[in-house]
Amino acid sequence: MNLDGTDRRIVEATQSGLPFVAQPYAEIASSLGLEEGEVIDRLAAMQARGVVRRIGVAPNHYALGMTSNGMTVWDVEDGMASELGARVGQLDFVSHCYLRPRTLPLWPYNLFAMVHGSNQSEVEEKRQVIVSLLGPACRGNDTLYSTRILKKTGLRLARKGAGVSTVKVRGEG
Amino acid sequence: MKTFDYQPDSTDRRIINALQEGFPLSSHPYAEAAADLGLSESELIERLARLRKVRAITRFGPFFDAAAMGGAFCLCAMNVPAGRFEAVTEQVNAYSQVAHNYERAHQLNMWFVLATETPEGIEAAACAIEQETGLEVLRFPKLEEFYIGFRMVA
Repeated sequence: MNLDGTDRRIVEATQSGLPFVAQPYAEIASSLGLEEGEVIDRLAAMQARGVVRRIGVAPNHYALGMTSNGMTVWDVEDGMASELGARVGQLDFVSHCYLRPRTLPLWPYNLFAMVHGSNQSEVEEKRQVIVSLLGPACRGNDTLYSTRILKKTGLRLARKGAGVSTVKVRGEG
Repeated sequence: MKTFDYQPDSTDRRIINALQEGFPLSSHPYAEAAADLGLSESELIERLARLRKVRAITRFGPFFDAAAMGGAFCLCAMNVPAGRFEAVTEQVNAYSQVAHNYERAHQLNMWFVLATETPEGIEAAACAIEQETGLEVLRFPKLEEFYIGFRMVA
């Protein structure tokens, strides 16, 4: 981990969420023996270098009725994969989009796009939009529906000198 | 699937849609965010706390990137024989490095994400899981990510 000690303590103190009080950063600061301004400045600096990806809510797809999640996977011609992947990533129903290595012969797919919908037929409709977008550059595809969440915790960042804490990170949920 | 008793109303949905990113880094961030939404500071705080309590949101705060902190992620998949699925789930989930694990309808029926503090930790965890289960762990590290900003329309 390339965080200094103070940044790391701020990560540990905020990873489970911000307090619901008028001055949340002041409360974090006081629990760490820091000034409010230092916590704000350090979080801003971490955001600028990408350690903090975003600050906000994590919606629970299931509670909000988006109960179907399909991992759509695509075998896209290598030379066009970056350009087409960027366009798939921009679709508003795609929450995560990545290029990954193929594992032949079992796994010919190199582009992964997570599609959420309120049911399987909605995911299927959205998948068709990606089919049209990729056109002939795509040689095959599949959709893997999740049938069960087996675990969802997040990265475990061992607390220095104390037990274990959990960092929620943006993963490919 | 779980049932959720509290149904978020239209104001809740507006909050969820607006606050997926960009919560202010300032002394009174709730007041600032509330003003943009036409709400009072206390109403926004109350609603967020309730949404969290009923789990319509799983978390509210900063989201960290393990890779930017020097850590690593890797999507992995296994082909687990049906008769061993529950036992292997227990074995795999016991690893603290396993951040998410999903059952999926496919020959590769178990998909999980390893998240570790160092890049070397990925290989170590994947190998340990292979040894313990006797099953191959396919590794799908990301080569490129297309990240446009997180959003979900509630």
